[in-house]
Amino acid sequence: MNNKFRVLVVDLSSKKSKVEFYDTRKKWLGGSGLAAGLFEKYANFDNDPFHPDQPIIFAIGPLTGMFPLMSKTIMSFMSPYNGQYAESHGGGRSALALRFAGYDALVITGRAEKLTCLGFGAREINIQDVHYLKGMDIFKTGKILRNLKPKNPGHRSILRIGQAGENLISYACVNVDTFRHFGRMGGGAAMGAKNLKGIIISGDSTYDLNKDTIKEYNKVYKDIYKIITESDAVRKYHDLGTPENLIPLNELKALPWRNLQSTHDPDIGSISGEKFAEELLLRQVACAGCPVGCIHIGLLRERFGEDHEYLYRQVSYDYEPIFGVGSMLGVTSSSGVLTLLEDVEKLGLDAISAGVALAWATEALEKKVITAEQTMADLKFGDVQSYRTALKNLAEQSNEFYRFLGRGALVAAETYGGEDFACVLGQEMAGYATGENYFVSQALGFRHSHLDTGAYSFDQEEQAKDIEKSIKYMQDQEYYRILMCSMAGCLFGRKAYPKENILRALNSLGYDYSQQDLDDSVKDIQAHRWAIKFRTGFKPEEVKIPKRFLEVETWKGKTDSDYLFKLKKEYQKILRDIAEKHKFADEEEKSEPER
Amino acid sequence: MKILKASNMKRCIGCYSCSLACARTVHKSLSWKRSGIRIHSSGGISTGYEATVCLACDPPPCAPVCPTEALIPRKGGGILLKEKLCIHCGECAVACPVDAIYFDPDNNIPIFCIHCGRCVPLCPHDCLEMAEPSEETSNEQ
Repeated sequence: MNNKFRVLVVDLSSKKSKVEFYDTRKKWLGGSGLAAGLFEKYANFDNDPFHPDQPIIFAIGPLTGMFPLMSKTIMSFMSPYNGQYAESHGGGRSALALRFAGYDALVITGRAEKLTCLGFGAREINIQDVHYLKGMDIFKTGKILRNLKPKNPGHRSILRIGQAGENLISYACVNVDTFRHFGRMGGGAAMGAKNLKGIIISGDSTYDLNKDTIKEYNKVYKDIYKIITESDAVRKYHDLGTPENLIPLNELKALPWRNLQSTHDPDIGSISGEKFAEELLLRQVACAGCPVGCIHIGLLRERFGEDHEYLYRQVSYDYEPIFGVGSMLGVTSSSGVLTLLEDVEKLGLDAISAGVALAWATEALEKKVITAEQTMADLKFGDVQSYRTALKNLAEQSNEFYRFLGRGALVAAETYGGEDFACVLGQEMAGYATGENYFVSQALGFRHSHLDTGAYSFDQEEQAKDIEKSIKYMQDQEYYRILMCSMAGCLFGRKAYPKENILRALNSLGYDYSQQDLDDSVKDIQAHRWAIKFRTGFKPEEVKIPKRFLEVETWKGKTDSDYLFKLKKEYQKILRDIAEKHKFADEEEKSEPER
Repeated sequence: MKILKASNMKRCIGCYSCSLACARTVHKSLSWKRSGIRIHSSGGISTGYEATVCLACDPPPCAPVCPTEALIPRKGGGILLKEKLCIHCGECAVACPVDAIYFDPDNNIPIFCIHCGRCVPLCPHDCLEMAEPSEETSNEQ
C-alpha cells in the first residue's frame, strides 16, 4: 500500500495555505524525486529566480525518521546563482521536524510584504511579522526566533537567513539549527527574495506504526543500526569527521591552496583534522535521527579585555569549509579558520563559494586586475583580518565590486578580467583538485557539487583516463545518489544502505515497490531533474573550465586537457540524451493534487 | 530493581535515538514525543542537551493524584499504568515535579518511562544506563 504524499503549500503573498495530496509514490519516491515533481507543478520555468511565484520546496522521503541516517531534507528552488533548477541538501532537525509536522513536503510561494517568519506544526500555521530582524545575523536571529510560534523546544527546527540572504547574494545559504546548512546554489537569496527571514518547523505529531509490518520493520531497523554503530562504515565521520581528508588530499597533491596556485603545502599540519580535534574540538553533535554525530564543533576562545577576560564561541567545522576559508585563502592557523568560519556563518554565506570568491579576488589584486580601492581591504593570502573586512563588505554589498563578486567569482572575472584563474566549475569549486574526471563532474553535475557523482574517487583509480569507464562510474553513482536522496538519506550512510537495504527498508514499512520499480523510478527522476535543469537554461557546452584547472599539477602530473575536453564533450551529450527522455506535463497529463 | 538513569547527558549528541527507540519498541509509534525519554536542548543546540525522564520517585507523587488508581507505584520506584482504568484526566502529568509524564494528545493517556531499558543499547554515547536507584556511573561529577 503506497499512501499519498501530503504537502503543505503556503502562499506568502495572500497569507493562505492549503494541504494537497499526491498519489505519486511510485513515480516520485520522495526527497529529490518529490521535489522535482512539485517544482514542475509550481514553478514558471521562464520567470527569473526572484519572481514571487517561484516556489521554494523542502521535501523529505519515505524513510525519514523511520531509519537511522534518514535525516536529510531536500531543498529545491530556481537558483539565484545561475537561474537554473537547483537542489541543496540540509540536515539538523529539519527532516524529522517536517515528518512530525505531518508533511512530506513544504512548498512556499509568493512574497511577503514585510520580513516574515513562517512557523508551523501539525495543528498550526503562523505567518509572523519579523521586520525588526532586518540585517540581523544568523545567531541573534536564531535566538529571537526561538521565542516565536510554534513553541516546542527540542522538537522543532529553525531555518533562517542572514544579511547575505536578505541582500540576495547568489551564494547565500540557509542556516539550519545553528550548525547545519542548505549551503550551496543560493537558497538563502531565494528566501530573501520572498522576504522570508526564517522558518520554524515544529514536530508535534505522532504516527502509529502498522501492526502488520512492525515485526519485520524492527528487524530491518536493528540490522541497519548494527551496520552503522558496530562496523567501521561510518565511524570516521564521528572521529575526526570530514576534516580527516585534509592531510591525505594534501599528500596526494590534490588540495587546492591559495586559489589553486598549488595543490600541496608543508603547512597542512596547522589546519588538519588532527590539529582541530586535538586543540579546538569541543564536542560532536548529530542530526536528529542519526547516531553518527558527524557535526564537529570547535571552541574559539577570544580575549576581549586587558585583564584575563575571555569570551568563547562555538563554531562548526568540516572539510569543505576548512578548504574554503583555510587552504584556499592560505590561512594556516586553525583558530584563524574558525574566526573566518564564524563570520561566514553569522552573515549567512556559503563557506565554499565565499572562500573561493575571495581567493580569486586576492590573486586578482596581486596581479593588479583589480585595485585595493575596489576590494576595500588589502587582501593577502593568509591575512585573516583582511578577509574579515572583505566578508563584511561582501555581505553588505558595499560597492560595485562586491556586488559583482556577490554573483560569483566568474561573474566578477568576466567584468574585471582574470577569468583564467577563477576557480569556478558551474559554481565555485569544492575542495578536490583530484583531476580531469572531478573537474568535468563538478562543471556538468546536476548540483555542481562534489556530491553529484563522487568523481574525486574515480580520479584516484587506475583507469582514471578511460572515458567510457568514467562515464559509467558517474552514471552509476548518480543513479545511486538519486535513490538515496529520494529516501532522503545522508550520503555518509552509503555503506549501510546498498540498494537492497533501501528496498528492504521500504518493504518493511509496507511500501509496495520491487527492485524494478525503484530502478524505473530513479531513471525517471534522473531524466526529470535533468530536463528541468536544461529547460531552465543549462547549456553544458557553455560551461567554462577556466585555464587554472588545466595547469593543476597533482600526484598524476599535469592535467590532461585533451582527455578532459573529450570527456566533457561526451558527458554533455549523454546528459542531453537523458533529459530528452522526460516529457513535460503540458505534453503529458499533469499530476494534479487531490483535495 | 534497576531504573533508567540519564547519567551522562554531557556526552549526548542530540541524535534522538533513545526517544525514537522508546516510541518504536514500547509505544509502537514513530515519534520523538510519544516516548518515555524526551531530549531537548536548553536554549539552542550550543547549550547541550537534557533528558526528561521519570526519576522513579519512591513513593511517586503522580500515583496518589490519580482518581481511579490507574497509576500504581512500581516496585523499586516509578509507576505503571492500568490503561483500562484511566479516565484520561491528565492530573498525573500535572503532578510530576519534573515534567516526565507526557500527556499524549492523540490517545489522551500518560506516556512515561517504564524503566525497561530498551533505549539504553541504542544510545551511541553511553549516556544512559540501567542502575540501582542508589547507584550512578556518571562522568559528570
